[in-house]
Amino acid sequence: MSEETKKTKIGYYPGCAITKCSTSEEYGTSVLGVSRVIGPELEEIDDWNCCGASSGHATNHKLSTALSVRNISLAEKDGYDEVLAPCPMCSQRLIVSQDDVENDEKLRKEVEDAIEMPISRNVKVSNYLEIVKNYSMDEIAEKQKRKPEGLKVASYYGCLLVRPPKILKFDDPENPKTMDDIVKAIGAEAVDWEFKTNCCGGGFTLSRPNVVIKLTHDILEGAIDAGANAIAVACPMCHANLDMRQQAIEKEYGRRFNIPIVYISELIGLALGLKPKDLGMDKHFIDTGSVIDTFSDIEK
Amino acid sequence: MSKKIGVFVCHCGTNISATVDVEKVAEETKKNNPRVAYTTTYKYMCSDPGQKLLRDKIKEEGLTGVVVAACSPKMHEHTFRNAAVKTGLNPYHVEISNIREQCSWVHPDIPTGTDKSIDLVRMMTEKTRKDKSLTAIKVPVTKRALVIGGGIAGIQAALDIADGGQEVVMVEREASIGGHMAQLSETFPTLDCSQCIMTPKMVEAAQHDNITMYTWSEIESITGYLGNFDVKIRKKARSVDLDLCTGCSSCWQVCPCKKIKSEFDMGIGNRTAIYIPFPQAIPSKPVIDRENCILFKDARKKNIKPNDSKVCRKCIDACPIAPVKAIDYNQEDEIVDVKIGAIIVATGFRELEDGLYGEYGGGKYEDVITGLQFERLASASGPTEGKIKRPSDGKEPEIVVFIQCVGSRDPAKGCSYCSKTCCMYTAKHTMLYKHKVHDGHAFVFYIDIRCAGKSYEEFSQRAIEEEGATYLRGRVSRVYKKGEKLIVLGADTLTGSVVEIEADMVVLASAMKAQDDAEQFAQKLSIQYDKDKFFSEMHPKLKPVESSSAGIFLAGTCQGPKDIPETVAQAGAAASKVLALLSSDELEREPVVARVDRQLPPVFSTCIGCFYCQKVCPYSAIESEDIKARDGSVIKTVARVNEGLCQGCGLCAATCRSKSVELEGFNDEQIYAEINALEFN
Amino acid sequence: MKIKITTEERKSDFAKEVEERSGIDVKKCYQCGKCTAGCPVAYEMDYMPNQIIRFVQLGLRQEALTSRTIWLCASCITCTTRCPKEVKIAELMDVLREMALEEGIANPMEKDITTFHEAFLNSVKKHGRISECGMLMEFKRKRPKAALKSALQDVADGSQLMMKGKLSLAPHDIKGKDNIKRIFEKLG
Repeated sequence: MSEETKKTKIGYYPGCAITKCSTSEEYGTSVLGVSRVIGPELEEIDDWNCCGASSGHATNHKLSTALSVRNISLAEKDGYDEVLAPCPMCSQRLIVSQDDVENDEKLRKEVEDAIEMPISRNVKVSNYLEIVKNYSMDEIAEKQKRKPEGLKVASYYGCLLVRPPKILKFDDPENPKTMDDIVKAIGAEAVDWEFKTNCCGGGFTLSRPNVVIKLTHDILEGAIDAGANAIAVACPMCHANLDMRQQAIEKEYGRRFNIPIVYISELIGLALGLKPKDLGMDKHFIDTGSVIDTFSDIEK
Repeated sequence: MSKKIGVFVCHCGTNISATVDVEKVAEETKKNNPRVAYTTTYKYMCSDPGQKLLRDKIKEEGLTGVVVAACSPKMHEHTFRNAAVKTGLNPYHVEISNIREQCSWVHPDIPTGTDKSIDLVRMMTEKTRKDKSLTAIKVPVTKRALVIGGGIAGIQAALDIADGGQEVVMVEREASIGGHMAQLSETFPTLDCSQCIMTPKMVEAAQHDNITMYTWSEIESITGYLGNFDVKIRKKARSVDLDLCTGCSSCWQVCPCKKIKSEFDMGIGNRTAIYIPFPQAIPSKPVIDRENCILFKDARKKNIKPNDSKVCRKCIDACPIAPVKAIDYNQEDEIVDVKIGAIIVATGFRELEDGLYGEYGGGKYEDVITGLQFERLASASGPTEGKIKRPSDGKEPEIVVFIQCVGSRDPAKGCSYCSKTCCMYTAKHTMLYKHKVHDGHAFVFYIDIRCAGKSYEEFSQRAIEEEGATYLRGRVSRVYKKGEKLIVLGADTLTGSVVEIEADMVVLASAMKAQDDAEQFAQKLSIQYDKDKFFSEMHPKLKPVESSSAGIFLAGTCQGPKDIPETVAQAGAAASKVLALLSSDELEREPVVARVDRQLPPVFSTCIGCFYCQKVCPYSAIESEDIKARDGSVIKTVARVNEGLCQGCGLCAATCRSKSVELEGFNDEQIYAEINALEFN
Repeated sequence: MKIKITTEERKSDFAKEVEERSGIDVKKCYQCGKCTAGCPVAYEMDYMPNQIIRFVQLGLRQEALTSRTIWLCASCITCTTRCPKEVKIAELMDVLREMALEEGIANPMEKDITTFHEAFLNSVKKHGRISECGMLMEFKRKRPKAALKSALQDVADGSQLMMKGKLSLAPHDIKGKDNIKRIFEKLG
């Protein structure tokens, strides 16, 4: 990475789920913590709003588009060329909405009228894995302090990082590798498994818990059977469903998994020597101690 | 002189060796048969190194007879005999013992298969001891081809042969060449006008110096054999002199019988009694339909010569040809004899008969039509000049339902096979309909959409995606009339629902069937046909255009349903086979033929002249011969085998009461040697 | 089920309406079933995803819009990703849900799901961002049974979340929340 790109400030769009005091705050905490050590520099976009998430696009396409696009316009106003949305629900909504207005002049006008701002064509929206891959791989190698021993990680991407592939254009939608590469970069074993992009049930947490229980069960089982002792995620919804449901799954299926679900940013943080608590790793439902304990100082 | 015999046992990969202990076969053969000088086994005897092994060992060991224990002689007898020829050995000293089809493939346990193989090899070794050198028979070739059928298959084949410099005689039973392709409106997948691409070929065929065309003619009989067929052609009485007639149209314009259903228009248009089938007909000269012409009806009723009837003479009166009119009511059928070297059968198909499906109302409701009828509706030269009007009242139909697989894939009532072309032509029909009736709706009931062919899938998808045809997956159970509408009761299995459509017209994609007289015709030609009466090819993969009889080839839909490109390709292939045949002055054929013995005087022959052999011969190969004294007086009349015709079936040899007939290569001595080998060991 | 097609009925073209709203041409679908094969929620649905497309193809508005399937679609986009004919099936589900709500014929059996969406968007409308607590409260008030069921499986009562400090009671209003309200008024 050249000196110049390293210094580029990137607009930070946390989205509702990963801000402080939210269900997935540890994701935001660890993303910001890691960026402070290895960059790139992140600055929160002023006065961002909710992208509307699945409830938005599931019920009102125009509304959903406007809510998403407003944030991109705000980012441009603040002078950012690139925006990081660590939550894949957000990044996917932002990118798809950007694509929708790009290809539908009528929609574009309606949305501009609603958000009371011109629509930016130049801001690039990135997910967290892209940011790490594009800006921080060398820095991780440079600044790594601790290394895991015997940590076998199943990288779980879920739906929204890779689909729809024609619009998101990120990695192989059937067998993505970016997160696995990061896992390998910090010295853990990347487990090859079959459920990398299966759906966890996403937004049905409240409304259709039975669906979530089944889908998360299949994913957990797939990871364990492939020999993983941790699952890495980069999505607050995937995390919530996999982390919070393990008791219920045991009740339903009679199989105890007790497998820690960690954010990829937390793993990077541990490798950089950040304190687990500062990464929010005490906020998980399934204890992350077994993951933390695999890390030890690199002897230099 | 005792023979030195070599036995080569093939593994055929594991085809044989998996269930026959080939090593044991070789060992036992060597051990128990003093005349076997050499045995070996090899993985693939038919491979190049396998054949080399055979050649080398013949030379090294000085073998004078060879048995290859391998697959069926049908497969590789030719291969191994050819290999032997290269060493100077007469090929008829090479025999095949079939231990694959007759042993390894049918006996799952190793001991049984192995024991039987040992027996079979021993039998063949004994036969080989008695083998004699034989020489191939040479037969002359008549350099002229016969093409039966004047549709696209026949025309293409005739043109290819004629362009190759050989003479062609073409026989078409209808009044014009053109066949079904001339009836079509536009063709898939390019939607080019069928007649626009067909008529130039028809004209070319008609004008070609090397093609003699007989229309309104049929094959009376075919005798003879490869290179030397004798063909009788029946020129049916046309009642019009083709040499005199100029095709001026005066006659059919005045004909008072105007309401005869046109065969060419599939019954949805009319013609006169003296008529040309369609404007571009070739020859463009009329024929009188003697069934329907009132003059001929009158003559039949009164039992007088047609020319003596005075009921109606409008056509002959209108004929401007003088002094002799071009119309001849008394014309009679004429038989033409031609000598032919090779034959292409291109007799085409017919559409499934109307009325077979009462539930669809075919033949009952005027607005339920067949695929070919729709072609005529959509054709610019058809009865509606290409406008889509329903037959009953001429109204433009707003909803048309197309039903696929009518008769096809219906073993209960129709045929078990797929007619192959209907998916594509139905897609085409929906397009033609939508092009002509923009706000019309086309519905297609289908079981599967089978569009395998270059650009075919894209074509059928275009019908759905761009032309907006609605495809419903399911058969139709019933079509009935309600007021002016046809109610179509079908299903859509994709939604799992009953579908009821108020249609204005229904088009049935009727099956392609073999011609009604296909069976009799095949018997006339001595060619095989399948359960559906389509003519059988010699081999489904490797000999797709050869019939079961030497010198007779197949082209087009007489062999099975196929579309135009496939038909043209097959016709070209058949033509190239014929050209190859006609390129030599004489043909060689296997000397496996029967012979009636000849002795020195005073016996001359043991044949007693009973001619039972002639009665049983299926190939008319037995002739009679007078044995004459020097003064010309007949001493004895005996049987003689025409080598050209004899197919070596052996019926005559088995029938002969005086044991005067023997089959070369399978004589009594050889057969008994085989049997004895089995009995005494 | 019975589909009746007459000249009159052909004039209202549901498929065309869907295409005009979404740009999705359902005619392209050849009903191979790959969408259904890969759908993680198909086992819960009343009609398979490909059947929903079929309904649109055949103009069966009522069947499509009142189905439970359209609400059970998790928007995972596996179908769209793998569709050999590039039919945007997941996006089609969005349009159908939208139409069902507009016409007030969303399947009442899936009220839990529609209520969740409603509660979610109400929160966004009010604050500009999600107030997880507020949204949970609204959902709990409107669908107490579903909330209880979910609570048994750990989540919806939020008590555990609160113990972890992951649920804030105080909603955060953004500065531009008036603009957000106007967006909802114009497009909602």
